[in-house]
Amino acid sequence: MFKHLLVLAITTIFVENVVLVRFLGICPFLGVSKNTGTAVGMGMAVTFVITISSVMTWLVSNYVLDPLGLEYLRTLSFILIIAGLVQLVEMFTQKSIPSLYNALGIYLPLITTNCVVLGVALLNVQNDHTFEEALVYGISSGLSFTLAIFLFAGVREKLEASDVPQFLKGFPIALITAGLIAIAFLGFAGLQL
Amino acid sequence: MDILNAVLVLGALGLVLGLLLALASKYLSVQQDERIELITQALPAANCGGCGYPGCGALAVAIVENKAAVNACPVGGAACAEKIAEIMGLEKGAVEEKVAMVLCAGVKSAAKNKFEYDGVEDCTAASLLAGGERACLYGCIGLGSCERKCVFDAIKVVDGVAVVDHEKCTACGVCVATCPKDIIKLIPKDKAYTVACSSKDKGSVMKNICTVGCIACRLCEKVCPTEAITVEDNLASIDYEKCINCGQCEQKCPKKIIHVKAELLNISNFERNGCQIKDKVV
Repeated sequence: MFKHLLVLAITTIFVENVVLVRFLGICPFLGVSKNTGTAVGMGMAVTFVITISSVMTWLVSNYVLDPLGLEYLRTLSFILIIAGLVQLVEMFTQKSIPSLYNALGIYLPLITTNCVVLGVALLNVQNDHTFEEALVYGISSGLSFTLAIFLFAGVREKLEASDVPQFLKGFPIALITAGLIAIAFLGFAGLQL
Repeated sequence: MDILNAVLVLGALGLVLGLLLALASKYLSVQQDERIELITQALPAANCGGCGYPGCGALAVAIVENKAAVNACPVGGAACAEKIAEIMGLEKGAVEEKVAMVLCAGVKSAAKNKFEYDGVEDCTAASLLAGGERACLYGCIGLGSCERKCVFDAIKVVDGVAVVDHEKCTACGVCVATCPKDIIKLIPKDKAYTVACSSKDKGSVMKNICTVGCIACRLCEKVCPTEAITVEDNLASIDYEKCINCGQCEQKCPKKIIHVKAELLNISNFERNGCQIKDKVV
């Protein structure tokens, strides 16, 4: 059982990285990756929301929606749960980590519509995950988002100081960098687990 | 029956989350500066973004943090600014009312062209092409980018030069930011005189390309009793902290480019007469 969950976690973080392989959550990935500190903060916030929301949505989906035959309400109720959780995270960061709250700015409430969060919740249902699997899948998806955004922010910080041709400065070079990192992550596809 | 289930489930879910958030807001509430709330109420709540902040709430925060001026709201105008100044504990009248002025008087007959521009009707586009068609690199291009940006209909291009209607202008600063030549400035409303030229070209150059350009003769600098007007980089400029509206510079200027605001003419006459150095007025 433990081995199975470990394999699931490693697969999610590296082989099927949510951002770089599945291409979910690109908006905050590009939006708040200008410095590593903020990027890790965003990663942690997303990890928290994904973990709780994937557990909550699993419970709601398996114990409320499925028995009542209300599968069609899945997306709607998942969004409701995620929105509530994001509000909670927003209040929490504003109270305890105001600097992070200010740095994340508009991207914090935007976690609500972040497709990583909804995507993980829906994939849990689609892949018939058990409760433990849903929990591990949630955490490791959050970590894989954090890893991707942290690596990307590190490269972008270096880019600030490097001599980039005028027409590629800023966003264009960031997009190219994101593409290159994604290609690098394809290397994990050969991992035998 | 199914519908009832669906409604109940979603309703219950909403209720639970709502209660959770209500609890959280009680325990995780942040003590906010109460002035933010007061200022938000004093603002017009149009959330138009005219001030450059994303909505009235954000402007209120910026004002409390002293990042924005109390009169930053272009919509609320003077009344709104006064209320906010009161909330912020500033004295009444501490709000300096400003108005935009275009510091160029190069109408078509006065300023020469170096070529004929036949492109996009936009000042920024035109200025990218060798600085625009005007021979003077610092002058108004006159294609009306500011006119199109002004939400108060307060700036118009007349005979190739933008002119501000001071009745309508709220000093929101949008035209100032729009102008690619950077020749629109906000100046205090109660000051009557402006140097209507932005050229830093030498007098000898200026004479040949514009009949209403500053030639840096320094006559205004010499005549000014309060040393408010100085010539730097071949251009006269007025320090409004020192200017007393006496108008001697206007009379002395050989190029007649020191302009007096029409609507302030009476005030300035009054002040000119009441001014101590009136004997010096020629």
